[in-house]
Amino acid sequence: MKARPHPAASPPASPASGEARVIGKPLPKVDAATKVTGRAVYADDMLPARTLHCRILRSPHPHARVLSIDTAAAKRIPGVVAVITGADLPVKFGILPVTQDERALEHEKVRYVGDPIAAVAATEEEIAAAACDAIAVEYEVLEPVMSIEAALVQPKDERIQDYGGPNNVHKLVSLEFGDVEAAFAQAAHVREDVFFFQGNTHLPMEQHSAVASYVDGRVTLWSSTQVVHYVHRALAKVLELPMHRIRVIGAAHGGGFGGKTDPFAHEIVVAKLAMLTGRPVKCTLTREEVFYAHRGRHPVLMWVKTGVTADGRIAAMHFRSALDGGAYGSYGVASTFYTGALQTVTYDIPAYKFEGCRVFTNKPPCGPKRGHGTPQPRFALELHLEKIAHDLGIDPVDLKRRNFVKPNSRTVNWLRVTSCGLEECSELVLKASGYRDRQKRPGHGMGFAISSYLSGAGTAIYWNDMPHSEVQIKVDRGGVTAYCGAMDIGQGSDSVLAAIVAEELGLQPSDVRLVTADTDTTPIDLGSYSSRVTFMAGNAALEAARKMRAMLVEAVEAAGRKYEEVPFEEASVLAEARFGTLTSAGSYTPPKIAGPYKGSGVGPSPAYSYSACVVDLDADARTGLVHVNKVWIAHDVGRAINPLLVEGQVEGSVYMGLGEALMEEQVFRKGLHKWPSMLEYKSPTFLDTPEIQTFIVETVDREGPYGAKEAGQGPLLPVPPAVCAAVHDALGVWIDEIPVTPEKVVEALRRKEKGEPARYGPPRFPDIPFPPAIKVEPPPKDLNGRLAHQEGTY
Amino acid sequence: MKNELTRDVERVVLALDVNGERRELLVPVHKTLLEVLREDMLLTGTKHGCELGECGTCTVLIDGKPELSCLLLPIQIEGRAITTVEGLAHGSDLHPLQQAFAELGAAQCGYCTPGILLSARSLLDENLRPTRDEIREALAGNLCRCTGYTKILEAVELAASRMK
Repeated sequence: MKARPHPAASPPASPASGEARVIGKPLPKVDAATKVTGRAVYADDMLPARTLHCRILRSPHPHARVLSIDTAAAKRIPGVVAVITGADLPVKFGILPVTQDERALEHEKVRYVGDPIAAVAATEEEIAAAACDAIAVEYEVLEPVMSIEAALVQPKDERIQDYGGPNNVHKLVSLEFGDVEAAFAQAAHVREDVFFFQGNTHLPMEQHSAVASYVDGRVTLWSSTQVVHYVHRALAKVLELPMHRIRVIGAAHGGGFGGKTDPFAHEIVVAKLAMLTGRPVKCTLTREEVFYAHRGRHPVLMWVKTGVTADGRIAAMHFRSALDGGAYGSYGVASTFYTGALQTVTYDIPAYKFEGCRVFTNKPPCGPKRGHGTPQPRFALELHLEKIAHDLGIDPVDLKRRNFVKPNSRTVNWLRVTSCGLEECSELVLKASGYRDRQKRPGHGMGFAISSYLSGAGTAIYWNDMPHSEVQIKVDRGGVTAYCGAMDIGQGSDSVLAAIVAEELGLQPSDVRLVTADTDTTPIDLGSYSSRVTFMAGNAALEAARKMRAMLVEAVEAAGRKYEEVPFEEASVLAEARFGTLTSAGSYTPPKIAGPYKGSGVGPSPAYSYSACVVDLDADARTGLVHVNKVWIAHDVGRAINPLLVEGQVEGSVYMGLGEALMEEQVFRKGLHKWPSMLEYKSPTFLDTPEIQTFIVETVDREGPYGAKEAGQGPLLPVPPAVCAAVHDALGVWIDEIPVTPEKVVEALRRKEKGEPARYGPPRFPDIPFPPAIKVEPPPKDLNGRLAHQEGTY
Repeated sequence: MKNELTRDVERVVLALDVNGERRELLVPVHKTLLEVLREDMLLTGTKHGCELGECGTCTVLIDGKPELSCLLLPIQIEGRAITTVEGLAHGSDLHPLQQAFAELGAAQCGYCTPGILLSARSLLDENLRPTRDEIREALAGNLCRCTGYTKILEAVELAASRMK
């Protein structure tokens, strides 16, 4: 009697129990009590007995060959237990299979100030730091490459990396969907613009930290990471150990925003030092090191040309991007594709060409930050359309709305759009803000922008056919435990898992015990990136919970009773007696919906979220200061599993978007970060952050769990362009470069007064040797219908 | 241990009043209050974001006033009342601020939360009817990267309304 019944298929929009009791309710997070009492244990809070403290020696040069490393003096310092260099960890790693270009410690060549060279484990942190100072490194200093333009020409000394090219080009992409030239020729109006989005960093409140132990031939690593699985893979590769001898556990997480999505040197270093010393080893980065660890927003220079019909319908678009990638690959190949992928997901573009270029420079590597590669083109696209509307004398909002994509459609680059709440989102913020009826007064302006983002990347970072997320549930003697590799980084993924399991079983989230983000005890989840957890882990949890529910229901009904009328403990006893150990599992694999071309793996997502936003601000023509009064934002989340947490994600995204729009900059002088401190790297405080009014739009996506999509990244995207549109509304000048600092506003006004173009921004896009475009036929018009017939999905 | 003894570190005996408990410790004189709380007293609820007095994460209360524990030497505050996040709740009963932060989702990653709770407690100890701008002013030294501050403001207001 061990057969496990499959749950009856039911639409995901409603729980198996019928009326939702948990889903859609603004419940506190399951870990709220541990967070507000200070009991949550973050990696740096751990101090196992006999812990050694690790410090890392980092390069003072942006570009240099390492001629020799002498650690003898460091090793003699009392309290120093081990010193390692790149010779101890020579195997290269990297988050993407195509760019395995990093070493935990570099013994041949350093490529940015902060590149790790050697590491010390000592009884105290001060001793480890002193020992780092005692390590003698001989360098041959090389000419650094510090800008996109410099990376495109012949380097004075040598290239930063030995792959890619020409010169310091890392990656070139060129794709064309439909006949772009023919479409431009038909257009009534064609416009070109150039934009620049400065790089910025995540600035998590918690510095990265990791603790490793080595017992009985097995490594255990506790880390402040968003992706335990990818850290697990990198450790196995570099330490040359089978994965089953390594355990990675996500400690309580003090903020990521994409900044803890790469495997990092310190994680590998503490594991190696634990293996060598037989003692626990901890490394917590200083705040300055966090700025250099980075992996944040790429600075991106963009050129966009669009042809429109006389009534403002987009006929063709050609988009070029140049990304300043820093010294290593990181997620950069994906970032490059992302700068060109999602333009078509908000606007219907019948012919589209994208050319992207990422270069290496001698700066900390850039990677994914909230919105990964898409806030920059979103900024450019929204402002560009705003300008086209002005050219045509059409209201920018009307022009954008005329071009909105429709639900259940395919874009010209083969992206599958399912639910789409663009219209509802726009209407809500326009109405609430009074945008259309705004009264003009000097220095006051309002701006409108929209955006879209993924609910998880449709393809994994490394090619495989396995599920992206898996959940197991165990029920015994009335207790429920859910196991999932998902990592709660503060966004509330644990609460989402608990809510779904509780809803299906007829419990409350607090009744569900969770075991998450532990590679030994939990099944796989790829991690907290690309806004994937609610959709993917949520669907896996839903499947597992429905299977468990089916067993419980069958056992209760076999006893001649109804599930809803039997206390859960009793139901679990009946089911355990009937089926034996009660476990169930669910998994989620995204549908294979990528288009038939190379590079189509970046962009597809099982569902896209949509946002619209209006920013209201005052800009001072004398000082250039911009004061944001209020932001209205509407976000199509599909279905809010917990509206309280959705609002929190939306508000946090708007705040971070304002920081990027107005003040945050990761910039360098002679290889050094200009302001690697939390005081000088300006971020919005309580006093700088305006009132944010959030509207949740529920389009109930047919493939999301209960219809849910994403909330954590998309709402950042419309904020920077809405700020710039509002500045233009206020002062009549275009600031085509993020952040909008007072200097730029004043300079643009000065140019306007002199009769020059009333604009501050990059003058031109550089000449880049893009290869001939890969020409891709747009999908046939009836594709969705045909796929629905073939695959049971569309 | 031998290695430890070879180092020339001056140590002092401290008597600290933390969360109403008097504790005597022998610690290196140069250690900050933050370090002593976390490393010598294992009160890891107090977090750190910069250790330079810039982010407010390590805020504790000294005689009820918010101070940055990363910039204080314990020897400066001997005999004064130190309150950390561990001292906010009464037994198992959360402080109204903690309760409100939990209910309204004012803690996301939770890392800045202890410091913000203590700054807010200091405000509400003096003023149970703060305006939103007064709350913003009182908390302006505490950075948070997750919440956009909105839910924190709402939680402080909710706690204040319940404490009246």
